[in-house]
Amino acid sequence: MSRVLVPCHVKGSVALQLQEITFKNYYTAFLSIRVRQYTSAHTPAKWVTCLRDYCLMPDPHSEEGAQEYVSLFKHQMLCDMARISELRLILRQPSPLWLSFTVEELQIYQQGPKSPSVTFPKWLSHPVPCEQPALLREGLPDPSRVSSEVQQMWALTEMIRASHTSARIGRFDVDGCYDLNLLSYT
Amino acid sequence: MLQEESDLSLIIAQIVQKLKGSNLYSQLERQAWASLQRPEIKLESLKEDIKEFFKISGWEKKLQNAVYSELSVFPLPSHPAAPPEHLKEPLVYMRKAQGSWEKRILKSLNSMCTELSIPLARKRPVGEQKELLNKWNEMGTDEPDLSLFRPVYAPKDFLEVLINLRNPNYENGDSLSFRTHLGLIQVPLKVKDIPELKECFVELGLNIGQLGIDDSTQVPPELFENEHVRIGQKEQDSAAAQQYIRQGSPTALRAELWALILNISSQPEDVLYYEQLKTNVIQHDLLVDSLIYKDVKLTASNDDYYFVFEDYLYQVLLCFSRDTSVLSHFAFNSASPPKSYIRGKLGLEEYAVFYPPNGVIPFHGFSMYVAPLCFLYHEPSKLYQIFREMYVRFFFRLHSISSHPSGIVSLCLLFETLLQTYLPQLFYHLREIGAQPLRISFKWMVRAFSGYLATDQLLLLWDRILGYNSLEILAVLAAAVFAFRAVNLMEVTSLAAAEAVLADLSTLKVMPLLQIFLFATVT
Repeated sequence: MSRVLVPCHVKGSVALQLQEITFKNYYTAFLSIRVRQYTSAHTPAKWVTCLRDYCLMPDPHSEEGAQEYVSLFKHQMLCDMARISELRLILRQPSPLWLSFTVEELQIYQQGPKSPSVTFPKWLSHPVPCEQPALLREGLPDPSRVSSEVQQMWALTEMIRASHTSARIGRFDVDGCYDLNLLSYT
Repeated sequence: MLQEESDLSLIIAQIVQKLKGSNLYSQLERQAWASLQRPEIKLESLKEDIKEFFKISGWEKKLQNAVYSELSVFPLPSHPAAPPEHLKEPLVYMRKAQGSWEKRILKSLNSMCTELSIPLARKRPVGEQKELLNKWNEMGTDEPDLSLFRPVYAPKDFLEVLINLRNPNYENGDSLSFRTHLGLIQVPLKVKDIPELKECFVELGLNIGQLGIDDSTQVPPELFENEHVRIGQKEQDSAAAQQYIRQGSPTALRAELWALILNISSQPEDVLYYEQLKTNVIQHDLLVDSLIYKDVKLTASNDDYYFVFEDYLYQVLLCFSRDTSVLSHFAFNSASPPKSYIRGKLGLEEYAVFYPPNGVIPFHGFSMYVAPLCFLYHEPSKLYQIFREMYVRFFFRLHSISSHPSGIVSLCLLFETLLQTYLPQLFYHLREIGAQPLRISFKWMVRAFSGYLATDQLLLLWDRILGYNSLEILAVLAAAVFAFRAVNLMEVTSLAAAEAVLADLSTLKVMPLLQIFLFATVT
């Protein structure tokens, strides 16, 4: 089994808050990821393994999984992915059958910035206790029931309006004409 | 966790989107509106009451069957970063190989077109349209001059392409080493071995009743057959029917069971759709029609079992070529439909069309996919629907280059691997005399054994294809046939002699062969 370190060194100048890593596999069997985090001033940062021998190809000798697209998320990692300064990907392919192996189209996604906090006006966050409505005469339907029914019907009509079919029409000709040239090769 | 939940909601959204365009959706809508009259439906609990109504009236079961059908046909949604080609075929070199093969086919068709000076498509004059309409039910009596037409390709041409398939990232060294494949297929796809096949085909085991074995005259029907038939008669659920048919289908129930599993119910809209296709056939004459005629005349008409169905075959295949709904399966087929432009509008995208309208160019033997179905269905529109569904679920994989486990490349590799692992002496001997086993069994697998087995045996085999939703059983049967005739094959000294030993499969019983090979062979 060969331990070939494929140099894949991502160095950021800003502390990275990792959310997701996406890539296209090319015949890599196992993937490990190590990170180095920013620490307080003078202690040297250590490499921490956050993913160990993640299997990309169930059988390294066969094509299964060899060219698949893969996503790895924060919750799959063994350590905290905040404040990352360096990221190292270690690719392993134990089978001698392949001429080369790598990962392609590597993309690293950060956590989005938190939405800024908004201060609500006082009357929204502290609603006034509602007064008792005057009792209606007998015979009229309960207004809360009526309003819930009307709401349901409105929701149904909105759904019907929003849905559209993806069914084909079935015509293969163009305006009744199907007089063709030769088949094109592009 | 998060990933699985979002995958699930994506699958649900896709299926809902797909079903919204279907007949079932409008029927359910109509039923829901009609049910508002019923006293038990109350406005405040509208949703729950209608759901309850659907459950009782059997509509929920129909919806379940439709959803199950979608799940069986469509592959799981792929990664969001994956382009559409990736869903067709994930391996780049196979996509390229399929593209070059298609280009060869197009060139062949174009040259046939120019040599014979026949247009790809023409509108029929009114007189000819009337004539065709009159003899729609007896097109077999027509004897057009087809001597100048030749099939676009035959299975053996396709085999040569598969033999030359190479992965550029694979060590294809010239010297023989452990990495060389001894068979014809040289790509390292993952195939199952016998222990995995035993797990997969567990219902074919020795201690489980099978139609094709336990319904023979020597076995009293009380042991298995009667009970099995009784269970089959009251089946309404697609998934349950699929599980049931793994043990074989009683002849009387087969037509309904296959329709249930494929989720085909003949609605008036479907008959109307078929009639529309028939109108398209009558209005336009395609070059592909002559290829279909030629194929039927060369294969099905010459077959003792199928020649009576010649007219049905034309009625199904000609309409199949005009059916644009088949185009949707190219989303997960590594092949792509051929494109052309209206005369005089070369290059203008608004005038781009697919040719033939369904995107499938028939090859030599294509009509044999339809022929066995004629035993089960006699009404043309239902026969047509069943064939179309069988094609977009299974048969397209037998003539396109892909890495799918049911694709022809995997089936060939599975066959060769099984033979090499479990009959090494036979494999070595055949290889030494220049009779690579795949050269003989390829034609069986490409046609799903249609035309090679007796029809009752073929239908038992196709029962299992439907039951397991996979074509791997074709490769297993091919290996089982070689195992059965191993003694004779060890004595031959040439490819021709080996072909002669395996020329006639019509006396073979499929289920005992499969059982013995999978469960009773000493390894």
